Amino acid sequence: MASSFSIKHQPGFTAIAATCFIVLYLPIVVLVVYAFNAATSTSEWGGFSLKWFQSAWQNTQVIDATLRSFQIGAIAATLATIAATMAALATTRTAAYPGLTFKYAAINQPLMVPEIVTGVALLIFFSRVKIFTGYSGLGYLIAAHTAFCIPFAYLPIRARLENMDLTLERAAADLYATPWRTFRRITLPLLWPGILAGLMLAFVISLDDVVITEFVKSGGQDTLPTYMLGQIRRGITPEINAISTVFLLLSVAIVTLFFLISRKRD
Amino acid sequence: MASAEEVAKAAERRDVRDRWLLSAPALLIILFAATGPLLIVLVYSFLTPGSYGDVRWQFSPEAWVSVFMERDIFDDTLSIAAAHVTIFWRSIKLAIVTTIATLALGFPTAYFMATRSEKTRDLWLFLITIPFWTNLLIRTFAVLQIIRNEGIVNAILLKLGIVSAPIQILYTDTAILIGMAYVYLPLMVLPIYASMEKLDFRLVEAGYDLYATRFKVLRRIIFPLVKPGVIAGSILVFIPALGAYVTPSVLGGGKNMMLSNLIELQFGQGRNWPLGSALSIAVMVIVMVALLAYVRNAGRSEVRHG
Repeated sequence: MASSFSIKHQPGFTAIAATCFIVLYLPIVVLVVYAFNAATSTSEWGGFSLKWFQSAWQNTQVIDATLRSFQIGAIAATLATIAATMAALATTRTAAYPGLTFKYAAINQPLMVPEIVTGVALLIFFSRVKIFTGYSGLGYLIAAHTAFCIPFAYLPIRARLENMDLTLERAAADLYATPWRTFRRITLPLLWPGILAGLMLAFVISLDDVVITEFVKSGGQDTLPTYMLGQIRRGITPEINAISTVFLLLSVAIVTLFFLISRKRD
Repeated sequence: MASAEEVAKAAERRDVRDRWLLSAPALLIILFAATGPLLIVLVYSFLTPGSYGDVRWQFSPEAWVSVFMERDIFDDTLSIAAAHVTIFWRSIKLAIVTTIATLALGFPTAYFMATRSEKTRDLWLFLITIPFWTNLLIRTFAVLQIIRNEGIVNAILLKLGIVSAPIQILYTDTAILIGMAYVYLPLMVLPIYASMEKLDFRLVEAGYDLYATRFKVLRRIIFPLVKPGVIAGSILVFIPALGAYVTPSVLGGGKNMMLSNLIELQFGQGRNWPLGSALSIAVMVIVMVALLAYVRNAGRSEVRHG
């Protein structure tokens, strides 16, 4: 007995962990399987079919919402990553200076407030701005997404910067490189994996958002998640399963990429 | 001639100024589309509702009164607003139970992950990260399909003969609870795992050498050491659970409202923007109290463990 005594063992923990992983994946697997269901009802299995993928593909509302999601996500993630990179450069590798703590708090503020509160706040504010300026385009959604993406983009960039060696940059400066040249030729290439990770994180966060978008969007500005929420509330067809499956594949692809990039870092 | 000290001072001032300029875009965007509007919500909570939504610019404490009280339409007397109290209580209760449930499941899971060999650890981490990155709405929808009357859970229960007719889980508080525990579980596992990974198992070994039981080692050695992760995970679950919107909308079926649905109602059919604003501020206050408790607790445990 004594030889098999493992100090890391805790009774029942492995069973609970196994249950957790099964429970985490079972609903997702069922969702994907039913996307290939030929039956119209989501409660019975009517054989294998791709017809729901086809019907989603031919649904102009779905395509519109998807394109809008990508458009908002791409613009918001890019803007957020640029702003976050600059902010990370301004808040790392320095002795504490007046306002540093304030900056940390301000950048992380969107994470501290429940989404519903931010959603309501933006609804109120933007409805005023809309009346005042008469503009009611996608700009509001892009601004909202950029703001809540900044703390997510900031996270990996800051982590990367803090682990970076200062010697190379000092060497460049010693060799009379201008600050801009040092940044472009030394700092930026070293920082690049962090920036990419931040960009992807921001893009996924933007793509996933339901609550804030639901409150900020004007008529006809559905993104894919808000469109799906509307459909689910109205009653479900396997078409939602099909859309979810494609969305899921996309997320998994991005996470895998993210993992590979952050692994190369070490 | 400027002394070396003055030159250094000037350089430092320039550096700080540059750093402010560099962070300006991020700060301005957040001020414009996150922090600033929150202040407007506070102002709106003290105004009079307009007849078609929005507000009239006239001071009124009425919204704050009606967060917990209701005025009788005939004799103007105040009484406790039972509906609001019920929703507040349900939201806080569900958020707490969700936190406890995810902790009970997430702690052993994080422990399991952290005690794997270094190579396989990454795989487990990857498996927990995928649901975390998957759209919350899709995950909620997946739960909906599982717990429906025609769903797989009821099918299994029927087959096993545990129940004779499908049990109604969907559109109950239990459904919201299951859904929230499901979608927020990774948020609990990840921070606990992060502190568990750094755990020095020589301390555990020392505990066993001193004849501690497994439970005692868990309670007196492992748990205190990973406490910062547990607290971080609890905060990460509690805050979104309290303000959850998607899960109660999809799984609660509109009947079992949580705070977010009550707030949404005020901006929709309720047409009472000041009340919606006051409720939003109330939610934020609860969150701030939880965060403050976290900051104080985290500070203390850091001191203790050096």
